[in-house]
Amino acid sequence: MSGFVMFISQIFNGLKIGSVYALVALGYTMVYGIIRLLNFAHGDFIMIGAYTLMLSIPALAVMGLPAWTAVIPATLVCALVGVLVERLAYKPVREKGNSMTALITAIAMSLLLENGSQAIFGADFKTVPTIISIPTLTIGQLKIDGATIVSIVLGVIMMAAMQLYVKRTKQGKAMRAVSEDKEASLLMGINVNGTITLTFAIGSGLAAIAALMYCVSYPQVSPTMGMMLGLKAFVAAVLGGIGSIPGAMVGGLAIGLVESLTKAYIGTITGGVITSAFSDAIVFAILIIVLLVRPSGLMGEPETEKV
Amino acid sequence: MAEQPILRAEHLGITFGGLRAVDDFNMTINKGELVGLIGPNGAGKTTVFNLLTGVYKPTDGEFWLDGEKMNGKKTYQVVRAGIARTFQNIRLFKQMTVEENVLVAFNESFSYHMGGAIFRTPRFWREEREMHQKAIDLLRIFKLEGLAQTQAANLPYGAQRKLEIARALATGMKLLLLDEPAAGMNPTETEDLLECINTIRDRFGIAILLIEHDMSLVMNVCQRIQVLDYGRTIASGSPDEIAHNPKVISAYLGNDEDDADTDAEADTADTADATADADGKEEHDA
Amino acid sequence: MKKSALSMKQSYIVCAVGIAVLFGLLMAVCESGAANTYIKGILMTCCIAVIMTTSLNLTVGVLGQLTLGCCGFEMIGAYSAALLSKMIVAKGIAMDPTARFLLTIFVGAVIACIFGILVGIPALRLHGDYLAIITLGFGEIIRVVLQNIPAAGGVGLDKGQAGQALIGIDRIANLYVVFWITVITVVLLFMFARSRYGRAVKAIRDDEIAASASGLNITYLKVLVFAISAFFAGLAGGIYAQYMGSLTPAYAGWLQSTNYVIMVVFGGMGSLTGSILSAIVLTILPEALRAFSDYRMLAYSVVLVVFMIFRPQGIFGSWEFSLPKLINRIIYRNGRGGAAKAAIAAEIAEFGDVTATAAAAETAEPAGKEA
Repeated sequence: MSGFVMFISQIFNGLKIGSVYALVALGYTMVYGIIRLLNFAHGDFIMIGAYTLMLSIPALAVMGLPAWTAVIPATLVCALVGVLVERLAYKPVREKGNSMTALITAIAMSLLLENGSQAIFGADFKTVPTIISIPTLTIGQLKIDGATIVSIVLGVIMMAAMQLYVKRTKQGKAMRAVSEDKEASLLMGINVNGTITLTFAIGSGLAAIAALMYCVSYPQVSPTMGMMLGLKAFVAAVLGGIGSIPGAMVGGLAIGLVESLTKAYIGTITGGVITSAFSDAIVFAILIIVLLVRPSGLMGEPETEKV
Repeated sequence: MAEQPILRAEHLGITFGGLRAVDDFNMTINKGELVGLIGPNGAGKTTVFNLLTGVYKPTDGEFWLDGEKMNGKKTYQVVRAGIARTFQNIRLFKQMTVEENVLVAFNESFSYHMGGAIFRTPRFWREEREMHQKAIDLLRIFKLEGLAQTQAANLPYGAQRKLEIARALATGMKLLLLDEPAAGMNPTETEDLLECINTIRDRFGIAILLIEHDMSLVMNVCQRIQVLDYGRTIASGSPDEIAHNPKVISAYLGNDEDDADTDAEADTADTADATADADGKEEHDA
Repeated sequence: MKKSALSMKQSYIVCAVGIAVLFGLLMAVCESGAANTYIKGILMTCCIAVIMTTSLNLTVGVLGQLTLGCCGFEMIGAYSAALLSKMIVAKGIAMDPTARFLLTIFVGAVIACIFGILVGIPALRLHGDYLAIITLGFGEIIRVVLQNIPAAGGVGLDKGQAGQALIGIDRIANLYVVFWITVITVVLLFMFARSRYGRAVKAIRDDEIAASASGLNITYLKVLVFAISAFFAGLAGGIYAQYMGSLTPAYAGWLQSTNYVIMVVFGGMGSLTGSILSAIVLTILPEALRAFSDYRMLAYSVVLVVFMIFRPQGIFGSWEFSLPKLINRIIYRNGRGGAAKAAIAAEIAEFGDVTATAAAAETAEPAGKEA
């Protein structure tokens, strides 16, 4: 019985971190969908969001506001940084260079953000004040902590909201149109550059919410915190099918589950040959297998070149 | 005829997710023959080329080149066996020079290996020199030898078309597939091209299969014509027979039911196609 | 006209002399004591970066396939060489250090090459960003696996411990030897790139569909190039291991790999001489910025972004620096057009035939007019 309870709590653990991955993956996917750029700096937006949370929580407390309201300045700061990165770096490079130079620019932006915040905040870990305290939910032997509940609920709400936004609203339709064909969208009177900027703002804003979810569970920030998180989320986006919103969700949750389950069980299953230290490698191995079998990811649209 | 046909295709067909793009395609081409493949837009002409060059695997049917069975082979294997092609939207190696474009297609004629390349053996120099000479000779046929060191992307449109044909010839093929070689060309360029096609057929003694919308070109150079519509062969025969075949006329001009269809097609077609249609009408009237 | 350019043989001699002069300079700097250990270390790192960047350029620039896993192969070579070197010592086999160095880096390179082939066959079915992702994934897997092999941590072999840096590797990499290895690598890559193989590879970059329609076996050529890149990455790794004396698996990660991709793009895609220059510049630049300590990586990334905005094609673009051509320009200075003609003639003269040269003269004339 306790084995089963442990299994269930591992599932919840996986869903918790998986929701964070999913939200970040959503940002990756939206940006990739619209400008075909792997935005390596996206993981660093989480870091920026986390630092903003760290700084704004005490300030808001002075004003008598609850800690979670810090997500508002965090979202605004992230969206602003995202838009600036797009306008100052990606847009000029996109107009002059090719996909390879765009990718290098994204990597350089990632380095810039990491080293910039290192210069400002220092390289060491800093603690984020408690954001939300929700009592642990106990069902029989099963204990689910508040952070897990918050993450999963928030994740699901954001996903559903984004899906509705992209499918139903005018701007959402513009986004889909631009990602299909920029020139045709231009001819249809869509403000292409405006749409791209909006996409960046939303994608980066989502990273701030992901930062909140992450900091609820792991209240620590450092300049390089976004690197591995971003990489995993990126894997999630590709796994789900980059460019697809439901794909980002599926991919994110899948990566979260794989990670928590391999950490818990891989040692016993393989008799200690492969230990939990391999969990990152397993995540990448799954990605590789999926890409080889379905090159466009689980839910992505296959791209073929017409002869 | 006792001699083996260069190309024999029997019952070739392919289905894309429920859409029958090509159905029961049969064709025989003999050495030195120039055959035209025509049909309205979307009739499956380019798909036939893709089947014959191993880009798509046929879902049914078989085809032979010079008696050798070809289906299931990869593109490069088919090309090495002797079927070369050009593309509807010109595909050159844009960042390479005109001469290099041809040399790439000569690649299989070289026999030096990596060691030869690295140590610059006499064989390397001999073969490179030989191939350079052959490339220049080939370019001379198309009057491109003066542009040998020009980057392919900087060539004028007509020259790009010709270079693509030269490159296809360099593979040392037995059957050449030309996909709309005259598309987007002005009448002088088309005239020039016509001359080239005749020259290469006579000089190399190869078989040519030609897709073309420019009816005057097709009617002038082809000995036989096969007409496709919705993936099916609706007629085949001499240019004269085709010009008077009622099925062909209705496929091109549309009969009563699908008049609207044809109109829509003409609207979306680019100017080149529009002129081709006009040419087609003239031919039918004649 | 025929006399106005260096012949093929002369060109080769000019290049050889150029390299010899470079080596002379290196010796002078080292022997005179002008270079301390720090400077020598930078020179060594430059050599390693040149091998990595030029060989990576073959895949990224010449073949046009973006990979982000080159450091995975570098570390496979590094760990293999380091462990083999340790094994030789542990077994008590008497061996000249230079011979041991050469043997171990070669074995490391071969092992990296084998892995390159194994990774390349499935991975190269993908294109563009997906290939970048999948190679990144392979690099990360290599990193995690290296981290978890007991024999590859601590002092290594049977006394090793997983999860630690591999230490105590004999530092037997000699700068002069490494210089010549670098020269040989670059020469081999040049010879490859300027042969029918190089032409075929460039054709694949420009248009894969047209390349296969020209009879090229795309899969074979792609895997071949990938394997060559992996081989030299492994070679560079073996040198790195026996220069540093210790290895950490983190170096196999994607961040390091992107560093080399940056060097390739910075130098100019497809330009091997551009890669050499950028490998040297980008190795020295962060060192030169050391005065700014905390801000140097910040400055580096700003420089990179600005560079990408204003010169996306890299320093050299696809242009190659050529000593013989430069000499042609200087000695037979007939203005730009004349130099261009001379260059064409020199290229044709490479084929060493008078008739070919005559043909070139003939072809150069109308080409000049067209332009």
